[in-house]
Amino acid sequence: MSVDLMTVKHIAHLARIALNEKEAQYMSEELSAMMGLLEQLDEIDIENVVEPMTSVTSMRLRMREDVITDGNNAEDVIANAPVKEENFFLVPKIIE
Amino acid sequence: MNDLTSLTIAEARNRLKRREITAVELIDAYLEEIGKGNAKINAYITVTKDQARSMAAKSDVLLARGEGRLLEGIPLGIKDLFATYNVHTQACSRILDGFKPRYESTVTANLWAEGAVMLGKLNMDEFAMGSSNETSFYGPVVNPWRRKNSAAALVPGGSSGGSAAAVAGHLCAGATATDTGGSIRQPAAFTGTVGMKPTYGRCSRWGIIAFASSLDQAGPIARDVCDCAILLKSMASFDVKDSTSVDLPVPNYEDALGKPIKGMKIGIPKEYQIDGMPKEICQLWDRGKECLKEAGARIIDISLPHTKYALAAYYIIASAEASSNLARYDGVRYGLRIPGRDMIEMYENTRSAGFGHEVKRRILIGTYVLSSGYYSAYYLKAQKVRMLIKRDFDQVFKQDIDAVLTPATPSVAFEIGDKKLMQDPIAMYLNDIFTVSVNMAGLPGLAIPAGLSTEGLPLGLQLIGRPFGEETLFQLGYVMEKACGTFSPKKWW
Repeated sequence: MSVDLMTVKHIAHLARIALNEKEAQYMSEELSAMMGLLEQLDEIDIENVVEPMTSVTSMRLRMREDVITDGNNAEDVIANAPVKEENFFLVPKIIE
Repeated sequence: MNDLTSLTIAEARNRLKRREITAVELIDAYLEEIGKGNAKINAYITVTKDQARSMAAKSDVLLARGEGRLLEGIPLGIKDLFATYNVHTQACSRILDGFKPRYESTVTANLWAEGAVMLGKLNMDEFAMGSSNETSFYGPVVNPWRRKNSAAALVPGGSSGGSAAAVAGHLCAGATATDTGGSIRQPAAFTGTVGMKPTYGRCSRWGIIAFASSLDQAGPIARDVCDCAILLKSMASFDVKDSTSVDLPVPNYEDALGKPIKGMKIGIPKEYQIDGMPKEICQLWDRGKECLKEAGARIIDISLPHTKYALAAYYIIASAEASSNLARYDGVRYGLRIPGRDMIEMYENTRSAGFGHEVKRRILIGTYVLSSGYYSAYYLKAQKVRMLIKRDFDQVFKQDIDAVLTPATPSVAFEIGDKKLMQDPIAMYLNDIFTVSVNMAGLPGLAIPAGLSTEGLPLGLQLIGRPFGEETLFQLGYVMEKACGTFSPKKWW
């Protein structure tokens, strides 16, 4: 199955990656080639065969006490922010 | 390579303990080698010289008191995927521009708690996506190995290319690495080093920048089997901060070395005999079987019938998880920000400028296979195939097979900038054809050098074990190493 230009632009927007025309064209070709590989799986009849894997080890997620284990480190949290003011991340205006 | 940097971890450990050398001398010897060689090999993207010297000085104090810990004074390189406190941590991506974490990964914290010393951060494929280390924002790593009578620059493999090259070139005594589809084992095979991808859950993933969380696992790359066993002992732990970390005691892997392998059953999967595999690799595989047989193991033909589908299922699952994990890089909380007219445009501009082509392609594949209408055709089906792949291994281990022996890679190291591979991503992905199943099934895999090609390049074999069967793999690997030897490149840098 080929992944056309429209589809590439749509998923690029979903993934929040800006692509120019040339990149979109290139991606369309590469993704189409990739789909060829992925469609190998169509050879296997698995509809009624198995459950999909949810965990590679037969383990259950551990539970823990519902208590505060971390916090009060705002300075560490914002230490790497590209733009900040006091203890806040600064972003472009969202609400008019 | 000088006298001190030629020591293995085991040898350095003993000489440090006996005070024949000091940790500072050892660190300075490595820093000197890095100073001379790194401009050509490009294994390190950051050298933490002052930190290394001060860590080594502390080690010397403890060693003098006879209080040295397991890795006291041992100089290590750390893959850029591991968060290291206040030190460059970017997964070799531009999108994490300037990122210096205020926390330490569990694996590196474990190493420092045993006295190891950090030399610096190692180059890798961007976000661990690649098989040649050519997708790094910091440029490719050059393999310390060259073909006979050739000066052509070869790749060290990937994604842990910096780790493998630094170990092979004696720019560190050992290195941390990670493996999602072969990223420890393939570079180990390309550089004549020993690499262990442990069982899923053996090493904590906490503080390791995530690529595909259900497949990622940290492990060591070292110059020989013993060093690899020493490093894994300290890297592995149970960690409550990683919900998939397994609460099992960590064995002393070194104890497994030298134990007889008589009567062990080694499975040889017929599906790994692929069309067009170079003759040298077939011969290497045969030599591996012979050497285990001579040591008393039984060689048994087995079948892993879904091997053929592993690569396709892997690329669906890994890309899907990557698209989800990498959604966090949005220019708000850390790293690069490229402004835009509004929030969405800022996200799009930041991610467009911050991610390289390979990473973008995988995010797009992942977004596509998870998007509305395609989820069951791709992702759900891939997870079912993953179950079948795991069942194949379960069946084999039910037949009392102790380990599976396969080639590690379908070829030797190729040239940097190989046109065919650059233009055909699928040809590049085929590098991982022998390694991805192991991640899909969560099993341990050891890559071990077993010989040289006629061109003089290292060739590696892979041993696959039962869940938490790392000791068996080290035990077998040690026997193979005794028979095949260890391999070092001729210094040209």
